[in-house]
Amino acid sequence: MKTPLLHKVIVYAIVIAGALLFVFPFIYMILTTFFLGTNTLPKPDQVLSVKINFTNYVTVWNKNNFVNYFMNSVIVTTVAMFGSLFLGALTAYGFARFTFPGKELVFRVFLLTMFIPGVINIIPQFVVIKDLGLVNTYSGLWLIYIAGGVIGNVFFLRGFFESIPKELEESVLIDGGGNWRIFWNIYLPQSLPALGTLAILIFQGTWEEYFLALTIIKSEALRTLPIAILMFNDKYSTNYGQVFAASVIALLPVILLYITFQKKFVQSGYNEGGIKG
Amino acid sequence: MSNSLLTPELIPDRPSSKSKFKKGLRQWGAVFPYVILGFIGIAVFVIYPMIRNIMISFQDYSIMPNAANPWVGFDNYLRAFQDPNDRFLIALRNTFLNVIATVPVNWFLAIFFAVLINAKFVKFKIAFRTIYYLPIVTSWIIIALLFKYLFADGDGGLINYVLHKQLGILPEAISWRNNYWSAMVMIWLFHIWKTVGWGVVIYLAALQGIPKDLYEAADIDGADAFQKFWRITIPLLGPITLFVLINLINGAFGFFPQVYFITQGGPMNQTHVIPSLIYIEAFQNLKFGPAAAMGVMMGILVFLLTYTQMKKIGRQRMF
Repeated sequence: MKTPLLHKVIVYAIVIAGALLFVFPFIYMILTTFFLGTNTLPKPDQVLSVKINFTNYVTVWNKNNFVNYFMNSVIVTTVAMFGSLFLGALTAYGFARFTFPGKELVFRVFLLTMFIPGVINIIPQFVVIKDLGLVNTYSGLWLIYIAGGVIGNVFFLRGFFESIPKELEESVLIDGGGNWRIFWNIYLPQSLPALGTLAILIFQGTWEEYFLALTIIKSEALRTLPIAILMFNDKYSTNYGQVFAASVIALLPVILLYITFQKKFVQSGYNEGGIKG
Repeated sequence: MSNSLLTPELIPDRPSSKSKFKKGLRQWGAVFPYVILGFIGIAVFVIYPMIRNIMISFQDYSIMPNAANPWVGFDNYLRAFQDPNDRFLIALRNTFLNVIATVPVNWFLAIFFAVLINAKFVKFKIAFRTIYYLPIVTSWIIIALLFKYLFADGDGGLINYVLHKQLGILPEAISWRNNYWSAMVMIWLFHIWKTVGWGVVIYLAALQGIPKDLYEAADIDGADAFQKFWRITIPLLGPITLFVLINLINGAFGFFPQVYFITQGGPMNQTHVIPSLIYIEAFQNLKFGPAAAMGVMMGILVFLLTYTQMKKIGRQRMF
Protein backbone atom coordinates (compact mmCIF):
# COMPACT_ATOMS: atom_id res chain seq x y z
CA MET A 1 0.00 0.00 0.00
CA LYS A 2 1.85 3.09 1.23
CA THR A 3 5.41 1.81 1.38
CA PRO A 4 7.97 4.61 1.99
CA LEU A 5 10.22 5.33 -0.99
CA LEU A 6 13.38 4.59 0.99
CA HIS A 7 12.12 1.08 1.78
CA LYS A 8 11.41 0.49 -1.87
CA VAL A 9 14.88 1.62 -2.90
CA ILE A 10 16.57 -0.60 -0.30
CA VAL A 11 14.47 -3.63 -1.23
CA TYR A 12 15.17 -3.12 -4.93
CA ALA A 13 18.90 -2.63 -4.31
CA ILE A 14 19.13 -5.91 -2.37
CA VAL A 15 17.05 -7.88 -4.84
CA ILE A 16 19.07 -6.57 -7.82
CA ALA A 17 22.42 -7.13 -6.09
CA GLY A 18 21.32 -10.72 -5.44
CA ALA A 19 20.33 -11.14 -9.08
CA LEU A 20 23.74 -9.86 -10.25
CA LEU A 21 25.49 -12.27 -7.92
CA PHE A 22 23.66 -15.17 -9.52
CA VAL A 23 23.87 -14.06 -13.11
CA PHE A 24 27.42 -12.71 -13.43
CA PRO A 25 29.24 -16.08 -13.30
CA PHE A 26 27.08 -17.19 -16.22
CA ILE A 27 27.97 -14.06 -18.19
CA TYR A 28 31.63 -14.67 -17.44
CA MET A 29 31.26 -18.26 -18.60
CA ILE A 30 29.58 -17.21 -21.85
CA LEU A 31 32.29 -14.60 -22.53
CA THR A 32 34.89 -17.32 -22.01
CA THR A 33 33.29 -19.40 -24.77
CA PHE A 34 34.30 -16.63 -27.22
CA PHE A 35 37.95 -16.92 -26.16
CA LEU A 36 39.93 -18.78 -28.82
CA GLY A 37 43.31 -19.34 -27.14
CA THR A 38 44.03 -22.92 -26.13
CA ASN A 39 46.35 -24.37 -23.48
CA THR A 40 46.16 -21.27 -21.34
CA LEU A 41 43.93 -19.87 -18.64
CA PRO A 42 42.15 -16.79 -20.03
CA LYS A 43 42.97 -13.70 -17.94
CA PRO A 44 39.98 -11.64 -16.70
CA ASP A 45 40.87 -8.62 -18.87
CA GLN A 46 41.18 -10.93 -21.89
CA VAL A 47 37.78 -12.44 -21.15
CA LEU A 48 36.09 -9.09 -20.66
CA SER A 49 37.45 -7.73 -23.96
CA VAL A 50 36.64 -10.76 -26.08
CA LYS A 51 34.95 -10.52 -29.51
CA ILE A 52 31.71 -12.44 -30.04
CA ASN A 53 32.18 -15.47 -32.31
CA PHE A 54 30.82 -18.99 -32.39
CA THR A 55 33.92 -20.91 -33.46
CA ASN A 56 34.11 -22.91 -30.24
CA TYR A 57 30.44 -23.87 -30.41
CA VAL A 58 30.76 -25.22 -33.94
CA THR A 59 33.89 -27.19 -33.04
CA VAL A 60 32.34 -28.72 -29.95
CA TRP A 61 29.04 -29.56 -31.63
CA ASN A 62 30.82 -31.81 -34.13
CA LYS A 63 32.94 -33.56 -31.54
CA ASN A 64 32.45 -36.71 -29.45
CA ASN A 65 28.82 -37.69 -30.32
CA PHE A 66 27.48 -34.66 -28.53
CA VAL A 67 24.01 -34.91 -30.12
CA ASN A 68 23.74 -38.55 -29.15
CA TYR A 69 24.41 -37.91 -25.46
CA PHE A 70 22.01 -35.01 -25.49
CA MET A 71 19.16 -37.16 -26.81
CA ASN A 72 19.93 -39.84 -24.21
CA SER A 73 19.47 -37.25 -21.47
CA VAL A 74 16.20 -36.04 -22.99
CA ILE A 75 14.74 -39.55 -22.96
CA VAL A 76 15.92 -40.42 -19.47
CA THR A 77 14.76 -37.14 -17.95
CA THR A 78 11.37 -36.89 -19.66
CA VAL A 79 10.22 -40.37 -18.67
CA ALA A 80 11.54 -40.00 -15.14
CA MET A 81 9.82 -36.65 -14.68
CA PHE A 82 6.35 -37.71 -15.84
CA GLY A 83 6.62 -41.02 -13.99
CA SER A 84 7.64 -39.27 -10.78
CA LEU A 85 4.90 -36.64 -11.02
CA PHE A 86 2.21 -39.23 -11.65
CA LEU A 87 3.30 -41.66 -8.97
CA GLY A 88 3.92 -38.87 -6.47
CA ALA A 89 0.52 -37.26 -7.06
CA LEU A 90 -1.30 -40.59 -6.94
CA THR A 91 0.29 -41.61 -3.65
CA ALA A 92 -0.15 -38.13 -2.17
CA TYR A 93 -3.83 -38.30 -3.09
CA GLY A 94 -4.11 -41.52 -1.10
CA PHE A 95 -2.60 -39.82 1.92
CA ALA A 96 -4.48 -36.55 1.56
CA ARG A 97 -8.03 -37.71 0.92
CA PHE A 98 -8.38 -41.10 2.56
CA THR A 99 -8.44 -42.20 6.16
CA PHE A 100 -6.96 -45.59 6.88
CA PRO A 101 -5.43 -47.25 9.94
CA GLY A 102 -1.74 -46.58 10.34
CA LYS A 103 -1.71 -43.73 7.84
CA GLU A 104 0.31 -41.30 9.94
CA LEU A 105 2.63 -44.05 11.15
CA VAL A 106 3.45 -45.10 7.58
CA PHE A 107 3.90 -41.47 6.61
CA ARG A 108 6.30 -40.93 9.50
CA VAL A 109 8.38 -43.98 8.62
CA PHE A 110 8.58 -42.70 5.05
CA LEU A 111 9.65 -39.28 6.27
CA LEU A 112 12.40 -40.77 8.39
CA THR A 113 13.95 -42.31 5.30
CA MET A 114 14.20 -38.82 3.84
CA PHE A 115 16.85 -38.03 6.41
CA ILE A 116 19.15 -40.69 5.07
CA PRO A 117 21.35 -39.13 2.38
CA GLY A 118 20.79 -40.75 -0.97
CA VAL A 119 24.40 -41.67 -1.63
CA ILE A 120 24.23 -44.35 1.06
CA ASN A 121 21.62 -46.16 -1.00
CA ILE A 122 23.61 -46.16 -4.24
CA ILE A 123 25.44 -49.40 -3.39
CA PRO A 124 22.35 -51.48 -2.45
CA GLN A 125 20.23 -49.87 -5.19
CA PHE A 126 22.90 -50.94 -7.63
CA VAL A 127 22.73 -54.44 -6.14
CA VAL A 128 18.92 -54.52 -6.48
CA ILE A 129 19.13 -53.38 -10.10
CA LYS A 130 21.80 -56.01 -10.71
CA ASP A 131 19.55 -58.70 -9.17
CA LEU A 132 16.70 -57.58 -11.45
CA GLY A 133 19.05 -57.88 -14.43
CA LEU A 134 18.56 -54.19 -15.29
CA VAL A 135 22.16 -52.99 -15.16
CA ASN A 136 23.00 -50.90 -18.24
CA THR A 137 19.32 -50.22 -19.05
CA TYR A 138 17.27 -47.04 -18.79
CA SER A 139 14.52 -49.08 -17.11
CA GLY A 140 16.82 -49.66 -14.17
CA LEU A 141 17.63 -45.98 -14.01
CA TRP A 142 13.96 -44.95 -14.27
CA LEU A 143 12.92 -47.34 -11.49
CA ILE A 144 15.43 -45.79 -9.09
CA TYR A 145 14.67 -42.22 -10.11
CA ILE A 146 10.89 -42.61 -9.86
CA ALA A 147 10.62 -44.87 -6.82
CA GLY A 148 13.43 -43.10 -4.98
CA GLY A 149 11.67 -39.76 -5.37
CA VAL A 150 8.15 -40.79 -4.31
CA ILE A 151 8.49 -39.94 -0.62
CA GLY A 152 9.80 -36.43 -1.13
CA ASN A 153 7.17 -35.73 -3.78
CA VAL A 154 4.35 -37.09 -1.60
CA PHE A 155 5.53 -34.99 1.30
CA PHE A 156 5.55 -31.91 -0.89
CA LEU A 157 2.15 -32.53 -2.54
CA ARG A 158 0.15 -33.81 0.42
CA GLY A 159 -0.13 -30.41 2.03
CA PHE A 160 -1.33 -28.81 -1.18
CA PHE A 161 -3.87 -31.57 -1.71
CA GLU A 162 -5.22 -31.22 1.81
CA SER A 163 -5.75 -27.51 1.32
CA ILE A 164 -8.20 -28.20 -1.54
CA PRO A 165 -11.74 -27.49 -0.28
CA LYS A 166 -13.94 -30.58 0.01
CA GLU A 167 -16.88 -28.69 -1.54
CA LEU A 168 -15.16 -28.86 -4.93
CA GLU A 169 -15.63 -32.63 -4.92
CA GLU A 170 -19.40 -32.29 -4.79
CA SER A 171 -19.72 -31.40 -8.47
CA VAL A 172 -17.98 -34.65 -9.38
CA LEU A 173 -20.01 -36.65 -6.86
CA ILE A 174 -23.28 -35.21 -8.17
CA ASP A 175 -22.27 -36.29 -11.66
CA GLY A 176 -21.81 -39.78 -10.27
CA GLY A 177 -18.01 -39.70 -10.50
CA GLY A 178 -15.78 -41.60 -8.08
CA ASN A 179 -12.45 -41.15 -6.37
CA TRP A 180 -10.51 -41.46 -9.60
CA ARG A 181 -12.48 -38.65 -11.25
CA ILE A 182 -12.00 -36.47 -8.18
CA PHE A 183 -8.23 -37.05 -8.44
CA TRP A 184 -8.14 -36.33 -12.15
CA ASN A 185 -10.69 -33.48 -12.43
CA ILE A 186 -10.30 -31.72 -9.08
CA TYR A 187 -7.00 -32.47 -7.33
CA LEU A 188 -4.61 -32.33 -10.28
CA PRO A 189 -5.99 -29.12 -11.88
CA GLN A 190 -6.34 -27.45 -8.48
CA SER A 191 -2.71 -28.05 -7.56
CA LEU A 192 -1.06 -27.06 -10.84
CA PRO A 193 1.24 -24.47 -9.19
CA ALA A 194 2.50 -27.15 -6.82
CA LEU A 195 2.83 -29.71 -9.58
CA GLY A 196 4.64 -27.17 -11.74
CA THR A 197 7.13 -26.36 -9.02
CA LEU A 198 7.65 -30.04 -8.40
CA ALA A 199 8.09 -30.74 -12.12
CA ILE A 200 10.87 -28.16 -12.27
CA LEU A 201 12.58 -29.68 -9.25
CA ILE A 202 12.35 -33.22 -10.61
CA PHE A 203 13.47 -32.18 -14.06
CA GLN A 204 16.60 -30.43 -12.90
CA GLY A 205 17.42 -33.19 -10.42
CA THR A 206 17.25 -35.87 -13.09
CA TRP A 207 18.89 -33.85 -15.84
CA GLU A 208 22.00 -33.25 -13.77
CA GLU A 209 22.10 -36.65 -12.06
CA TYR A 210 25.54 -38.14 -12.46
CA PHE A 211 26.41 -40.82 -9.93
CA LEU A 212 23.48 -43.23 -10.38
CA ALA A 213 23.73 -42.89 -14.15
CA LEU A 214 27.45 -43.56 -14.01
CA THR A 215 26.87 -46.59 -11.77
CA ILE A 216 23.95 -48.15 -13.65
CA ILE A 217 24.87 -47.30 -17.25
CA LYS A 218 27.98 -49.08 -18.48
CA SER A 219 28.02 -48.78 -22.27
CA GLU A 220 29.30 -45.56 -23.80
CA ALA A 221 26.42 -45.19 -26.28
CA LEU A 222 23.82 -45.00 -23.48
CA ARG A 223 25.62 -42.42 -21.37
CA THR A 224 23.91 -39.19 -20.39
CA LEU A 225 25.05 -35.61 -20.86
CA PRO A 226 26.60 -34.97 -17.40
CA ILE A 227 28.90 -37.94 -17.86
CA ALA A 228 29.78 -36.79 -21.38
CA ILE A 229 30.61 -33.26 -20.20
CA LEU A 230 32.99 -34.54 -17.55
CA MET A 231 34.70 -36.87 -20.02
CA PHE A 232 35.06 -33.94 -22.40
CA ASN A 233 36.63 -31.85 -19.64
CA ASP A 234 39.10 -34.60 -18.77
CA LYS A 235 40.12 -34.76 -22.41
CA TYR A 236 40.44 -31.05 -23.22
CA SER A 237 40.75 -29.50 -19.76
CA THR A 238 43.02 -26.59 -20.70
CA ASN A 239 40.86 -25.55 -23.63
CA TYR A 240 38.53 -23.38 -21.55
CA GLY A 241 36.71 -21.86 -24.52
CA GLN A 242 35.64 -25.27 -25.81
CA VAL A 243 34.86 -26.82 -22.42
CA PHE A 244 32.50 -23.97 -21.58
CA ALA A 245 31.01 -23.90 -25.08
CA ALA A 246 30.09 -27.56 -24.51
CA SER A 247 28.72 -26.64 -21.09
CA VAL A 248 26.60 -23.80 -22.47
CA ILE A 249 25.17 -26.06 -25.18
CA ALA A 250 24.29 -28.56 -22.47
CA LEU A 251 22.71 -25.86 -20.31
CA LEU A 252 20.78 -24.04 -23.02
CA PRO A 253 17.94 -26.54 -23.63
CA VAL A 254 17.41 -26.97 -19.88
CA ILE A 255 17.20 -23.25 -19.34
CA LEU A 256 14.82 -22.80 -22.28
CA LEU A 257 12.61 -25.65 -21.05
CA TYR A 258 12.71 -24.20 -17.59
CA ILE A 259 11.57 -20.77 -18.75
CA THR A 260 8.66 -22.27 -20.74
CA PHE A 261 7.65 -24.45 -17.83
CA GLN A 262 8.00 -21.50 -15.51
CA LYS A 263 5.44 -19.49 -17.48
CA LYS A 264 2.79 -22.17 -17.23
CA PHE A 265 3.48 -22.53 -13.58
CA VAL A 266 3.15 -18.80 -12.99
CA GLN A 267 -0.05 -18.46 -15.01
CA SER A 268 -1.82 -21.05 -12.96
CA GLY A 269 -0.45 -19.46 -9.83
CA TYR A 270 -1.86 -16.05 -10.73
CA ASN A 271 -5.20 -17.33 -12.02
CA GLU A 272 -6.95 -16.96 -8.71
CA GLY A 273 -6.05 -13.27 -8.75
CA GLY A 274 -7.62 -12.95 -12.20
CA ILE A 275 -10.89 -14.48 -11.06
CA LYS A 276 -10.92 -12.26 -8.03
CA GLY A 277 -10.64 -9.08 -10.13
CA MET B 1 -6.02 -37.41 13.27
CA SER B 2 -2.28 -37.57 13.88
CA ASN B 3 -2.76 -36.82 17.54
CA SER B 4 -4.86 -39.91 18.12
CA LEU B 5 -2.03 -41.99 16.70
CA LEU B 6 0.56 -40.38 18.90
CA THR B 7 -1.52 -41.01 22.02
CA PRO B 8 -3.36 -44.26 21.45
CA GLU B 9 -4.10 -44.65 25.18
CA LEU B 10 -6.56 -41.76 24.95
CA ILE B 11 -8.81 -43.53 22.49
CA PRO B 12 -11.89 -44.75 24.31
CA ASP B 13 -12.48 -48.50 24.05
CA ARG B 14 -14.74 -49.31 21.18
CA PRO B 15 -17.59 -51.72 21.94
CA SER B 16 -16.77 -54.05 19.06
CA SER B 17 -13.15 -54.48 17.98
CA LYS B 18 -14.30 -56.76 15.17
CA SER B 19 -16.32 -54.11 13.38
CA LYS B 20 -13.44 -51.69 13.85
CA PHE B 21 -11.12 -54.16 12.16
CA LYS B 22 -13.60 -54.57 9.32
CA LYS B 23 -13.85 -50.82 8.96
CA GLY B 24 -10.06 -50.52 8.79
CA LEU B 25 -9.91 -53.20 6.17
CA ARG B 26 -12.54 -51.43 4.11
CA GLN B 27 -10.59 -48.16 4.37
CA TRP B 28 -7.42 -49.87 3.20
CA GLY B 29 -9.39 -51.36 0.32
CA ALA B 30 -10.50 -47.90 -0.76
CA VAL B 31 -7.06 -46.33 -0.69
CA PHE B 32 -5.20 -49.38 -1.99
CA PRO B 33 -5.35 -48.60 -5.74
CA TYR B 34 -3.87 -45.15 -5.17
CA VAL B 35 -0.96 -45.99 -2.89
CA ILE B 36 0.03 -49.53 -3.88
CA LEU B 37 2.43 -48.54 -6.68
CA GLY B 38 4.11 -45.95 -4.52
CA PHE B 39 4.37 -48.37 -1.61
CA ILE B 40 5.95 -51.08 -3.75
CA GLY B 41 8.42 -48.59 -5.22
CA ILE B 42 9.37 -47.29 -1.79
CA ALA B 43 9.68 -50.81 -0.40
CA VAL B 44 11.91 -52.06 -3.20
CA PHE B 45 14.06 -49.01 -3.91
CA VAL B 46 14.17 -47.17 -0.58
CA ILE B 47 13.42 -49.45 2.39
CA TYR B 48 14.91 -52.69 1.10
CA PRO B 49 18.18 -51.03 -0.02
CA MET B 50 18.57 -49.70 3.51
CA ILE B 51 18.18 -53.19 4.92
CA ARG B 52 20.45 -54.62 2.24
CA ASN B 53 23.02 -51.94 3.02
CA ILE B 54 23.09 -53.07 6.65
CA MET B 55 23.59 -56.68 5.52
CA ILE B 56 26.45 -55.76 3.18
CA SER B 57 28.12 -53.84 5.98
CA PHE B 58 28.60 -57.15 7.84
CA GLN B 59 29.90 -58.99 4.78
CA ASP B 60 33.12 -59.19 2.85
CA TYR B 61 31.08 -58.27 -0.18
CA SER B 62 32.03 -58.61 -3.82
CA ILE B 63 29.90 -57.71 -6.85
CA MET B 64 31.28 -60.70 -8.73
CA PRO B 65 28.56 -63.23 -9.53
CA ASN B 66 28.54 -66.29 -7.24
CA ALA B 67 30.89 -64.61 -4.77
CA ALA B 68 30.82 -66.21 -1.31
CA ASN B 69 30.33 -62.88 0.50
CA PRO B 70 31.24 -64.31 3.92
CA TRP B 71 29.93 -62.71 7.10
CA VAL B 72 32.70 -60.85 8.89
CA GLY B 73 30.98 -59.35 11.91
CA PHE B 74 32.05 -55.83 12.75
CA ASP B 75 35.32 -55.93 10.76
CA ASN B 76 34.11 -53.36 8.24
CA TYR B 77 33.12 -50.98 11.02
CA LEU B 78 36.44 -51.34 12.84
CA ARG B 79 38.31 -50.65 9.63
CA ALA B 80 36.80 -47.19 9.39
CA PHE B 81 38.31 -46.27 12.76
CA GLN B 82 41.62 -48.08 12.25
CA ASP B 83 42.41 -46.13 9.10
CA PRO B 84 45.93 -44.70 9.64
CA ASN B 85 44.90 -41.57 7.73
CA ASP B 86 41.72 -41.07 9.79
CA ARG B 87 39.79 -40.46 6.60
CA PHE B 88 36.45 -41.41 8.18
CA LEU B 89 36.84 -39.20 11.23
CA ILE B 90 38.00 -36.26 9.12
CA ALA B 91 35.05 -36.75 6.78
CA LEU B 92 32.74 -36.87 9.82
CA ARG B 93 34.12 -33.58 11.11
CA ASN B 94 33.77 -31.98 7.66
CA THR B 95 30.17 -33.16 7.37
CA PHE B 96 29.26 -31.34 10.59
CA LEU B 97 31.16 -28.25 9.50
CA ASN B 98 29.29 -28.24 6.21
CA VAL B 99 25.89 -28.35 7.91
CA ILE B 100 26.80 -25.66 10.42
CA ALA B 101 28.32 -23.40 7.79
CA THR B 102 25.71 -23.69 5.06
CA VAL B 103 22.22 -24.49 6.43
CA PRO B 104 21.60 -21.26 8.38
CA VAL B 105 22.99 -19.06 5.58
CA ASN B 106 21.06 -20.96 2.95
CA TRP B 107 17.77 -20.86 4.84
CA PHE B 108 18.06 -17.21 5.76
CA LEU B 109 18.94 -16.08 2.24
CA ALA B 110 16.07 -18.15 0.82
CA ILE B 111 13.30 -16.68 3.01
CA PHE B 112 14.93 -13.23 2.92
CA PHE B 113 15.05 -12.97 -0.86
CA ALA B 114 11.64 -14.63 -1.28
CA VAL B 115 9.89 -12.20 1.04
CA LEU B 116 11.61 -9.20 -0.59
CA ILE B 117 10.74 -10.35 -4.11
CA ASN B 118 7.18 -11.02 -2.94
CA ALA B 119 6.80 -7.44 -1.66
CA LYS B 120 3.74 -5.90 -3.27
CA PHE B 121 5.55 -3.06 -5.03
CA VAL B 122 8.39 -5.14 -6.54
CA LYS B 123 7.97 -5.46 -10.30
CA PHE B 124 9.47 -8.14 -12.56
CA LYS B 125 8.89 -10.80 -9.89
CA ILE B 126 9.03 -13.54 -12.50
CA ALA B 127 12.31 -12.24 -13.93
CA PHE B 128 13.87 -12.15 -10.47
CA ARG B 129 12.66 -15.62 -9.64
CA THR B 130 13.97 -16.92 -12.94
CA ILE B 131 17.43 -15.43 -12.34
CA TYR B 132 17.63 -16.64 -8.73
CA TYR B 133 16.68 -20.12 -9.82
CA LEU B 134 19.17 -20.27 -12.70
CA PRO B 135 22.00 -21.91 -10.72
CA ILE B 136 19.58 -24.66 -9.72
CA VAL B 137 18.70 -25.77 -13.23
CA THR B 138 22.36 -26.00 -14.17
CA SER B 139 24.19 -29.20 -13.40
CA TRP B 140 26.54 -29.59 -10.46
CA ILE B 141 29.25 -30.69 -12.82
CA ILE B 142 29.07 -27.60 -15.02
CA ILE B 143 28.93 -25.21 -12.09
CA ALA B 144 31.84 -27.07 -10.50
CA LEU B 145 33.84 -26.56 -13.69
CA LEU B 146 32.84 -22.91 -13.65
CA PHE B 147 33.80 -22.44 -9.99
CA LYS B 148 37.15 -24.17 -10.45
CA TYR B 149 37.72 -21.73 -13.30
CA LEU B 150 36.59 -18.66 -11.31
CA PHE B 151 38.67 -19.75 -8.29
CA ALA B 152 41.72 -20.63 -10.40
CA ASP B 153 45.19 -20.16 -8.88
CA GLY B 154 47.10 -16.93 -9.36
CA ASP B 155 45.69 -13.65 -10.62
CA GLY B 156 44.22 -15.39 -13.68
CA GLY B 157 41.25 -16.61 -11.67
CA LEU B 158 38.45 -14.06 -11.49
CA ILE B 159 38.04 -14.28 -7.70
CA ASN B 160 41.75 -13.78 -7.02
CA TYR B 161 41.84 -11.07 -9.67
CA VAL B 162 39.03 -9.12 -8.00
CA LEU B 163 39.89 -9.76 -4.34
CA HIS B 164 43.68 -9.46 -4.65
CA LYS B 165 44.64 -7.43 -7.69
CA GLN B 166 41.68 -5.04 -7.89
CA LEU B 167 40.41 -4.60 -4.34
CA GLY B 168 43.47 -5.72 -2.39
CA ILE B 169 41.33 -7.51 0.22
CA LEU B 170 43.54 -10.58 -0.04
CA PRO B 171 47.27 -9.95 0.60
CA GLU B 172 48.16 -12.51 -2.06
CA ALA B 173 46.47 -14.68 -4.68
CA ILE B 174 45.12 -17.82 -2.97
CA SER B 175 45.53 -21.36 -4.25
CA TRP B 176 41.97 -22.08 -3.17
CA ARG B 177 41.92 -25.84 -3.57
CA ASN B 178 45.40 -26.49 -2.17
CA ASN B 179 44.67 -25.43 1.42
CA TYR B 180 42.18 -27.00 3.77
CA TRP B 181 40.22 -23.94 4.90
CA SER B 182 40.22 -22.11 1.59
CA ALA B 183 39.05 -25.33 -0.08
CA MET B 184 36.27 -25.69 2.50
CA VAL B 185 35.19 -22.07 2.02
CA MET B 186 35.16 -22.61 -1.73
CA ILE B 187 33.01 -25.72 -1.32
CA TRP B 188 30.57 -23.85 0.95
CA LEU B 189 30.29 -20.88 -1.42
CA PHE B 190 29.76 -23.29 -4.30
CA HIS B 191 26.97 -25.07 -2.41
CA ILE B 192 25.22 -21.92 -1.21
CA TRP B 193 25.42 -20.13 -4.56
CA LYS B 194 24.11 -23.22 -6.30
CA THR B 195 21.18 -24.00 -3.98
CA VAL B 196 19.76 -20.76 -2.54
CA GLY B 197 17.42 -20.39 -5.52
CA TRP B 198 15.65 -23.62 -4.62
CA GLY B 199 14.54 -22.27 -1.26
CA VAL B 200 13.58 -18.95 -2.84
CA VAL B 201 11.27 -20.65 -5.33
CA ILE B 202 9.70 -22.89 -2.71
CA TYR B 203 9.05 -19.93 -0.43
CA LEU B 204 7.70 -17.81 -3.28
CA ALA B 205 5.25 -20.57 -4.17
CA ALA B 206 4.22 -20.85 -0.53
CA LEU B 207 3.83 -17.08 -0.17
CA GLN B 208 1.37 -17.14 -3.06
CA GLY B 209 -0.72 -19.62 -1.13
CA ILE B 210 -1.24 -17.27 1.81
CA PRO B 211 -4.73 -15.74 1.46
CA LYS B 212 -4.46 -12.04 0.65
CA ASP B 213 -7.42 -11.14 2.85
CA LEU B 214 -5.31 -11.98 5.89
CA TYR B 215 -2.99 -9.13 4.95
CA GLU B 216 -5.91 -6.87 4.11
CA ALA B 217 -7.38 -7.56 7.53
CA ALA B 218 -3.99 -6.78 9.08
CA ASP B 219 -3.81 -3.56 7.08
CA ILE B 220 -7.18 -2.53 8.45
CA ASP B 221 -5.89 -3.24 11.95
CA GLY B 222 -2.94 -0.96 11.18
CA ALA B 223 -0.19 -3.64 11.22
CA ASP B 224 3.19 -2.67 9.74
CA ALA B 225 5.30 -4.77 7.39
CA PHE B 226 7.32 -6.43 10.18
CA GLN B 227 4.23 -7.34 12.18
CA LYS B 228 2.64 -8.83 9.10
CA PHE B 229 5.84 -10.80 8.44
CA TRP B 230 6.11 -12.20 11.98
CA ARG B 231 2.39 -12.68 12.71
CA ILE B 232 1.10 -13.91 9.35
CA THR B 233 3.89 -14.93 6.98
CA ILE B 234 6.18 -16.86 9.33
CA PRO B 235 3.47 -18.91 11.12
CA LEU B 236 1.71 -19.80 7.87
CA LEU B 237 5.03 -20.77 6.30
CA GLY B 238 5.78 -23.11 9.21
CA PRO B 239 5.06 -26.37 7.37
CA ILE B 240 7.02 -25.22 4.31
CA THR B 241 9.91 -24.15 6.53
CA LEU B 242 9.91 -27.70 7.90
CA PHE B 243 10.09 -29.02 4.37
CA VAL B 244 12.85 -26.57 3.44
CA LEU B 245 14.93 -27.23 6.55
CA ILE B 246 14.64 -31.01 6.17
CA ASN B 247 15.93 -30.67 2.65
CA LEU B 248 18.68 -28.19 3.50
CA ILE B 249 20.00 -30.32 6.35
CA ASN B 250 19.63 -33.41 4.22
CA GLY B 251 21.43 -31.62 1.41
CA ALA B 252 24.27 -30.41 3.62
CA PHE B 253 24.71 -33.87 5.15
CA GLY B 254 24.64 -35.31 1.68
CA PHE B 255 27.44 -33.06 0.39
CA PHE B 256 28.85 -35.10 -2.40
CA PRO B 257 29.06 -33.48 -5.86
CA GLN B 258 30.20 -30.36 -3.99
CA VAL B 259 33.29 -32.18 -2.78
CA TYR B 260 33.67 -34.80 -5.48
CA PHE B 261 33.73 -32.35 -8.39
CA ILE B 262 35.64 -29.53 -6.68
CA THR B 263 38.44 -31.18 -4.68
CA GLN B 264 37.94 -34.95 -5.06
CA GLY B 265 38.56 -34.95 -1.29
CA GLY B 266 41.93 -33.22 -1.56
CA PRO B 267 44.28 -31.81 -0.45
CA MET B 268 45.50 -35.10 1.11
CA ASN B 269 41.93 -36.41 1.75
CA GLN B 270 41.35 -33.43 4.04
CA THR B 271 38.06 -32.16 2.57
CA HIS B 272 36.33 -35.53 2.16
CA VAL B 273 32.81 -35.99 3.41
CA ILE B 274 31.34 -39.39 4.22
CA PRO B 275 29.37 -39.69 0.95
CA SER B 276 32.39 -38.92 -1.23
CA LEU B 277 34.45 -41.34 0.85
CA ILE B 278 31.74 -44.01 0.52
CA TYR B 279 31.52 -43.54 -3.23
CA ILE B 280 35.27 -43.70 -3.83
CA GLU B 281 35.68 -46.66 -1.46
CA ALA B 282 32.87 -48.58 -3.15
CA PHE B 283 33.14 -47.78 -6.82
CA GLN B 284 36.83 -46.93 -7.21
CA ASN B 285 38.39 -49.26 -4.61
CA LEU B 286 35.55 -51.83 -4.85
CA LYS B 287 35.45 -52.18 -1.06
CA PHE B 288 31.69 -52.47 -0.74
CA GLY B 289 31.65 -53.83 2.82
CA PRO B 290 33.61 -50.97 4.42
CA ALA B 291 31.70 -48.43 2.32
CA ALA B 292 28.36 -49.90 3.44
CA ALA B 293 29.54 -49.84 7.07
CA MET B 294 30.33 -46.15 6.77
CA GLY B 295 26.89 -45.69 5.23
CA VAL B 296 25.19 -47.43 8.15
CA MET B 297 27.10 -45.35 10.68
CA MET B 298 26.19 -42.18 8.84
CA GLY B 299 22.57 -43.32 8.63
CA ILE B 300 22.40 -43.95 12.38
CA LEU B 301 24.03 -40.61 13.04
CA VAL B 302 21.59 -38.72 10.84
CA PHE B 303 18.69 -40.63 12.37
CA LEU B 304 19.70 -39.85 15.95
CA LEU B 305 20.38 -36.22 15.17
CA THR B 306 17.10 -35.57 13.43
CA TYR B 307 14.64 -37.93 15.13
CA THR B 308 14.27 -35.82 18.26
CA GLN B 309 13.97 -32.70 16.15
CA MET B 310 11.35 -34.32 14.02
CA LYS B 311 9.32 -35.45 17.00
CA LYS B 312 9.16 -31.82 18.04
CA ILE B 313 8.38 -30.26 14.69
CA GLY B 314 6.67 -33.26 13.13
CA ARG B 315 3.46 -32.63 15.07
CA GLN B 316 2.78 -29.58 12.98
CA ARG B 317 0.20 -30.35 10.37
CA MET B 318 0.80 -29.49 6.76
CA PHE B 319 -1.63 -26.60 6.20
